[in-house]
Formats: sequence, structure tokens, C-alpha cells
Amino acid sequence: MVEDKEFMPKILAFLCNWCSYAGADLAGTSRLKYPPSILPIRVMCSSRIDPLFIIKAYLGGADGVLVAGCHPGDCHYEKGNYYTRRRFALLKKIFEELNMEPDRLMLSWISASEGHKYARVATEFTEKIKKSGESSVKNKIFL
Amino acid sequence: MTKALKINKNAEQGIKEFLRFLLESGKVKGVFSLKKINKEGAVAYSLITDPKDLEDSVPFYPVMPVTAGSLLSRFTLKGSPDKPVVAVMRPCELRGFVELVKREQGSFENVFTISMTCGGVYPLDMAVDKKIEKNLPKYWDAVKKSEIPADVRTACKGCTEFKPYTADITVDLVGNKDIDKQCIILLNTKNGESLADGMDAEFLEKKLDTKKLDVLLDKRAVEKKKLFDEIDKKMNGMDGLIDIFGRCIGCHGCMRVCPICYCKLCEFESPDSEYKPSNYNSELKKRGGVRVPPGTMYFQLGRLTHISISCVGCGACDDVCPVGIPVSTIFKKVGESVQKIFNYIPGKDVKESIPLVTFEKEEFIEFEE
Repeated sequence: MVEDKEFMPKILAFLCNWCSYAGADLAGTSRLKYPPSILPIRVMCSSRIDPLFIIKAYLGGADGVLVAGCHPGDCHYEKGNYYTRRRFALLKKIFEELNMEPDRLMLSWISASEGHKYARVATEFTEKIKKSGESSVKNKIFL
Repeated sequence: MTKALKINKNAEQGIKEFLRFLLESGKVKGVFSLKKINKEGAVAYSLITDPKDLEDSVPFYPVMPVTAGSLLSRFTLKGSPDKPVVAVMRPCELRGFVELVKREQGSFENVFTISMTCGGVYPLDMAVDKKIEKNLPKYWDAVKKSEIPADVRTACKGCTEFKPYTADITVDLVGNKDIDKQCIILLNTKNGESLADGMDAEFLEKKLDTKKLDVLLDKRAVEKKKLFDEIDKKMNGMDGLIDIFGRCIGCHGCMRVCPICYCKLCEFESPDSEYKPSNYNSELKKRGGVRVPPGTMYFQLGRLTHISISCVGCGACDDVCPVGIPVSTIFKKVGESVQKIFNYIPGKDVKESIPLVTFEKEEFIEFEE
């Protein structure tokens, strides 16, 4: 039976407390359907996410990593997400340069009122990862 | 055109005479320069205050023991010297120091800088048994002809930033066929001019011969492309990385010598990054095996996120890697592509902020989904 089971990716999602986590909550309370692939971690601000967290998740075998925060200009701490964006760009560029599947990383802005967007992002990202398949890092012993 | 000083001695004697003048006239209290330690060709950076000791100084000796950027940072970290000090260093070392000053790990107060158009340096492991000593004539011959000296470090072979950005004073070496007879010292800044003021030498208006620099630049660019292409073929995803970093012994030497890596409490050496039994258990369960000690890839990738934005390509990491991983080529290659998206040239301007501590409100839309 196990062989027939469709591959369901494991996606680690770092969600900011003020917008994206609330957005995810809203998706839930609005009973929107999205795949059970997302493992959310709540952080106070998206700028709390050290690129090292993302690397650790990736090396740990996450099939995808989602970083979500308030829309630019709407950060609860005024400018945290601007820094996030730069750090994310840096990390994604490094992944690109090392030919290391940058598509497994995603940055998205989801506000507290965007339950629909959260569900959509979760669905689309899951579909995308499903197409790329399981992360090959998962089975690597040397890391 | 900038003001310049011409001393009719060979380049090294010339700059030493200039340094002696600075010390004797009291314009500077100390000279920070490479100095011979023994007759085997071992050199180290030293702070010299007695003009007599200048005799053993070798400001242009083609080896880089520790980058002068890191050393100057330690020298000025707790406070600037109360009297001016002049430091002779290579362009990449200066860029490293600029990056450190931006990180508040040093200061330019009372520190004047002398740099040169740089011909490159030999690997550190050649600094024994007079190996460099024997190569010196060939080295200077190549520098004169705007060529890449044989056997210099990989990082130097592909370095295209051998002309200093911010030095107060630049010594004209590359492509200067008269370095055996004369020393041309260009005074780039007001500080540089005031240092040279009053020296008994010929003053003239001069600029660097860009044509001769371009000759070397072209050769270096070809070499760099070759290096980058080679490493690019190897960097094919995680498999490629495992191939490259597989022999890392985790000595963290690259981190210690890196001028940009300045943290005293390093994430990768903290007890936090040490694996607990539960970590081993979960790893074993997940993968069926684990490399010991773990965390090599985490270290290298993590260091890339920390350093790449400011990597000055000094090659110090290559020099110390005991297992010959081309660290500097990888960091420089990744670094350049990262720096490009931020339109940032590390070490170019001390007033320009590091891209990660600043932002524009509308940018990098392409990275959002």
C-alpha cells in the first residue's frame, strides 16, 4: 500500500506572527482547503529568519522552505521584511550559483486578511515541489 | 593626474627610503609592514617604530602570512593609535580592512595606507627553505612585463582587482619596467600628499599607466574565467558540493584567516551547533548513516551566506586549507554573483553600507512569489 501513496512533500514554513501566521489561521477558520504538506513555524518577524535556518531545514531534508511575512511597507516592526527580502535574495542567489535547486525556496508576502492567498501559496508551492520530487539531500549521508 | 614622488632607487629601496623619511620626520609614529624574521624567507607583519628596523622590512615581499586587513583590525579595534601609523598592504588586504571598518571592527583614524599595483603573492607554504627567495628575480621580471608570475596563488592568478581603490598612496609596480631603477609613489589623497610633503625627492605629476595595467587585467581575466568555468562544472548541486567539500577536515582554518569572518563567538563553533545524541539518532533514522563530525556542509554554506557579500578574494582561505579545497575560487565566484545583484563592490568605499544592513523600498520583486 505504501508504494501507491502519492508523494507528499514536507515543506517548512516560517510565518511571521503578525501577518502570515494570522493569514494561515484565517485560512483555517475560513475552512479553506490546502495540502497537509506545510509545517509552520511561527516567528515574531520574517527578519528573524536567519538564512542559516533555511539552510539547516534544507540540509535536514525539507523538500521546500517557505518564508512568509507582511507585505513590504506593512511590517509590524516597520522595516523588518525589507531586510528579509535582501537576505532571501542573497540566499537564493547562492543556491542558484551552486546549482542547488533554488526553486525549493520561496518568499511570499501574506497579510493577516489573506487567508485565500495563504491557501493558494501553500497549494501552488506544494504542486511545484511535487513536480520536482523528493529532495535528494534527504538521503545524503555526508553533510 | 595625481601628484607623485620619484625616488631613484629600486622600488623596494625607494619605498623603504620613503618610510624612513616618514619615521624620521615624525610624520608617523610607526610603520606597519612585512618584515623578515630569518634568512629562510619567513616574513611576518610587524609594527616598526625604529628607523633602524626598517632595514629588515620587505614591504613588497610576495607572500601574505595573515591578511593585513585582519591585523589592522585587531590593532585598531579597541581604539585608534594616538599618533599616525602608516600601513603597507596589498589591495585585497586593504579591501578587507575597509570591509572590517564598515563592520566597526577597526578604524582608519590615524592609519594611513600605502598599497601598490599588485603582482600577486606566492602560496604560504613556499615561505620556507628560501623557495620564494629563489623565485624573486623571476617574480619581478614577470611583474615588470605585466605578466602573471608562475606559481603564484590561484586567487592571485585570477585576481582582476590588483589596483587599490582607496589607498592614500599607491606604488607603481605592475608593468613598470623601471622598478629596478626608480620607485614611483603616487599620492592619491590629501593625506598622501601631506605625508610626502617635505621629502627630498623629485615631485611630479603622473598617473598609473592604464595600458600596462590592462595588459595584466586581460591575462588575469582569462585566467579567472578558466578557474570559474572549471569550478562551475564541479558545482552541480549537492552531489558536486559533497565532491568538493568531502575532504574538509573541519579545522575551520578558512574561517580564522578570513578578513571578513570576524565574529568572536562563531555560530559554527558554539555548543549550540554541536550534535546531541538525539540529533545523531534522528539523523541515523532518517538517512541510515551520518558523517562524523557532522555539519560540514552547514558550515560551508553558512559561511557563504555570511561572507559572500563582502568576499574580497584575498585567497587566504586557499592558503591555509590543509586538504586543498579551492575555497577561495568558490567563495569569489559565488561572492561576485551575489555582489552583482546588490551592485556592490566590497572594499571600494568605506562610506557605502553593507547591502544587508540597508534596503530600498522597491527592489527584488523577482524574488517574491
